[in-house]
Amino acid sequence: MLFHSILFYVFATVMIGAALGVVFARNPVHSVLFLVLTFFESAMLWLLAEAEFLAIVLVLVYVGAVMVLFLFVIMMLEVTIEAVKSGLVRYARLAIVISLVMAFQLIQLIWFRGSGGEISGGFVPNPEGYDNTKALGAVLYTEHVYAFEIAAVVLLVAIVAAITLTMRKRPGLKVQNIAEQVAVRAKDRVRIVKMDAEKKS
Amino acid sequence: MIGLQHYLTLSAMLFVLSIAGIIVNRRNLILLLMCIELMLLAVNFNFIAFSRYLGDATGQVFVFFILTVAAAEAAIGLAILVVLFRNRRSINVQELNTMKG
Amino acid sequence: MYNYYLVIVLAPLLAAVIAGLFGRRIGRSGAHSITIFAVAVSTALSFYVLYQMYWAGAQTENISVYTWAVTDGLRMEVGFLVDRLTALMMAVVTFVSLMVHVYTIGYMHDDDGYQRFFSYISLFTFSMLMLVMSNNFLQLFFGWEAVGLVSYLLIGFWFKRESAIFANLKAFLVNRVGDFGFILGISGVVMFTNSLDYAEVFSQADAIAGQSIEVFGGSPWNAMTVICILLFIGAMGKSAQAPLHVWLPDSMEGPTPISALIHAATMVTAGIFMVARMSPLYELSVTALGVVIVIGAITAFFMGLLGIVQNDIKRVIAYSTLSQLGYMTVALGASAYSAAIFHLMTHAFFKALLFLAAGSVIIAMHHEQDIRKMGGVRKYMPWTYITALIGSLALIGFPGTSGFFSKDLLIDAVKHSHWHETDQLIYWIAYLSVLLGVFVTALYSFRMFFLVFHGKERMDAETKSHLHESPWVVTVPLVLLAIPSAIIGWYTVTPVLFEGYFGDAIAVDASRNALAEIGREWHGSRALLIHSVRTPVLWLALAGAATAWFLYLKRPDIPETIKNKVEGLYNVLDRKYYFDDLWIKGFGGGGRRIGTFLWQKGDELLIDGAMVNGTANAVARLAGIMRQLQTGYLYTYAFAMIIGLTALLGWLTWLK
Repeated sequence: MLFHSILFYVFATVMIGAALGVVFARNPVHSVLFLVLTFFESAMLWLLAEAEFLAIVLVLVYVGAVMVLFLFVIMMLEVTIEAVKSGLVRYARLAIVISLVMAFQLIQLIWFRGSGGEISGGFVPNPEGYDNTKALGAVLYTEHVYAFEIAAVVLLVAIVAAITLTMRKRPGLKVQNIAEQVAVRAKDRVRIVKMDAEKKS
Repeated sequence: MIGLQHYLTLSAMLFVLSIAGIIVNRRNLILLLMCIELMLLAVNFNFIAFSRYLGDATGQVFVFFILTVAAAEAAIGLAILVVLFRNRRSINVQELNTMKG
Repeated sequence: MYNYYLVIVLAPLLAAVIAGLFGRRIGRSGAHSITIFAVAVSTALSFYVLYQMYWAGAQTENISVYTWAVTDGLRMEVGFLVDRLTALMMAVVTFVSLMVHVYTIGYMHDDDGYQRFFSYISLFTFSMLMLVMSNNFLQLFFGWEAVGLVSYLLIGFWFKRESAIFANLKAFLVNRVGDFGFILGISGVVMFTNSLDYAEVFSQADAIAGQSIEVFGGSPWNAMTVICILLFIGAMGKSAQAPLHVWLPDSMEGPTPISALIHAATMVTAGIFMVARMSPLYELSVTALGVVIVIGAITAFFMGLLGIVQNDIKRVIAYSTLSQLGYMTVALGASAYSAAIFHLMTHAFFKALLFLAAGSVIIAMHHEQDIRKMGGVRKYMPWTYITALIGSLALIGFPGTSGFFSKDLLIDAVKHSHWHETDQLIYWIAYLSVLLGVFVTALYSFRMFFLVFHGKERMDAETKSHLHESPWVVTVPLVLLAIPSAIIGWYTVTPVLFEGYFGDAIAVDASRNALAEIGREWHGSRALLIHSVRTPVLWLALAGAATAWFLYLKRPDIPETIKNKVEGLYNVLDRKYYFDDLWIKGFGGGGRRIGTFLWQKGDELLIDGAMVNGTANAVARLAGIMRQLQTGYLYTYAFAMIIGLTALLGWLTWLK
């Protein structure tokens, strides 16, 4: 179990370091990359907590898709680095005070206000043949199936929203209007002009 | 022996860090979004830890949904950000003061 | 009979509506034709009703015409109660009204508001008939207010005159004071009996008298006393009893026919009529009767004194009206209701006559009303002179005239009243007031009479050259009024006062029935005439007339000397005991000051300033502060959330 603890502390240390990097890195690209690291390390920690499915999902979905999206956007927007971090020092003191107060409160809650020794021990080992994915699936597709479907709808709406928000028509773009083409009538196109026959001179 | 308290402490540290990040970063909307992601991660940590502690898979189902919503939120948030940048050529939060009556 | 009653009431209303709304179309002659015709029909039918009631032995009729509303068992109806009291009042009202209608043709001949005037007086006739024929308190109140309204309109008939507007406003406001008491009294009746109907209320009168009510916290009053005094406050307003009399002299701003009809003969007697009508209630409260008699006595004597110093011909008669109303009120307070009504009737004739005669003089003098600028009119206006003489003699109670019978018996009733046994002070106040009042009445009546019709001709030459007798439409009503003024007492005194004409319309407690005691020794009109030589009343009246003759014809310089000798007293009289000052400066001015104070401090400062605008200002100020919080910057809101979160955590950590 010592090895287990060592792994936890190593991952935890790296994760906190990466989180610090997210907050304080001067370059947004670095921030994103630190964020990726944070997620990665937390996936490791989740594995340690025997939440294997979610750990894999975190890496695949979050690191693979969402973080990459962040990276794309940052690179696309080309935000200047100097401008980004100029406010950092100005608000650092306030940030530190509030963070310390909140940290103190949380630590107190977790370590001293909790129900004492009850939660201080280690996790009870899972029974033999426990399959995290199967256990999760059993609950997800039975008890929470409606929520699951709503989550699917939420994702769909998010896709539609993201596309409609970012799509734009470029001026001067030439496209066909199929409906107009189909609805066209001959009299709109051909003009019959009646003329007198040529007069004899 | 690594138990619930350790995970909760870790989550608390992550949360406090993300709070500090929100206070510090007043120039860049993307960094705010990233701090929110961190905050959500801290929450997820709590769920996972309690789920493990109680031996109840429902907590992990919650994490699953939070991840879903967070992904949707990130997608829409970034989309809004892109539109914003397109319109104003900036994502500096200090220049955006239209959110008042 | 039912249809007759409806016609009597509605004919004047219809005429008033036609003359009022279509006055321009039907023209002057149309307006006076239709109103006079309508009132003539009413008069004829009223006399027929009187005939039926008295000679043909018709029974009292209590008819409900229309149920207006029923709420919680309280029936609000329009209905007629026609008994002998009502029949008498109807006859008097319609007859005087008819005379005034005819007279108006002559008096208002040159006025632009001719049709309007006829419309108003017809409307007045309708209102007064509604009042006297009512069988319930609600309709009584309707009539009460309607005559008040018409009175208001007519006092201000010449609405371009500043003084007329002041006078009609004054009349209206002073009457409001009385009406306030009146409506409280009606409310009291409804409270104790849950009925507005006379018959029902009277049948429960004993029950009311047994109860008590706390007017001012802590001291229980007899409910009947409270109700009767409140109703009498209404009568004080309408019948111009002190201290609510101030409006009547000023109401002389109205055209003279109005002064005759409304402010002398009929409307002002509504209060007397009402108290007589409520006699079953008043008889149950000795306290209320005490109030009535004292108020009446004060009015009768002191208002008469004022008549001596007035110089406006109409005002002299107005104060005389006040004084005579005081007499009637004294009679009411002495439980001699029949005497009061009898005096009301005779007074209606001779006072209307006096006013119309005065009006006739005023026409001839080209609307000059100051008696100091008249004199010697007798030879120019013989008819007016004769009729005015008859009126004045009736007023002072010269033997044989109608006023003699009514006033002499009224004083006799007061003399024999039960107050002699129960309360000596009240008895002597009342008795001396009415007795000395006779002298005063004679003095001011003949002062005016002599100053107008006898003595030096003090008018200017211009007026004098135009002086001539009034046209027949003026003199005929004078003559027609002079006849009853002269003789009606002789014929009616026995049946009305001593043979129970009123029957059960008027209730008098047996222990207080002074008239019945007099009646036991009653030997007819002739006997009274002979007996009068031995009473102080006649001699006082003659002394008054003689004094007037001496002071104003024989030695016209003496009044001036007296005036200078007792200047203080003269001033008190000239300023009408400062009642006008009390009401206008005291109550009016005080009310205005309170109003101004409340307006500036209460309304503008407190309500408008502090509450209405203050709320808005407070919100605006608060919003100004709150607006600072709402910067529009995203991080401000995020920061606020974080602070909130910290606070929540703090609560969880340390407080929970």
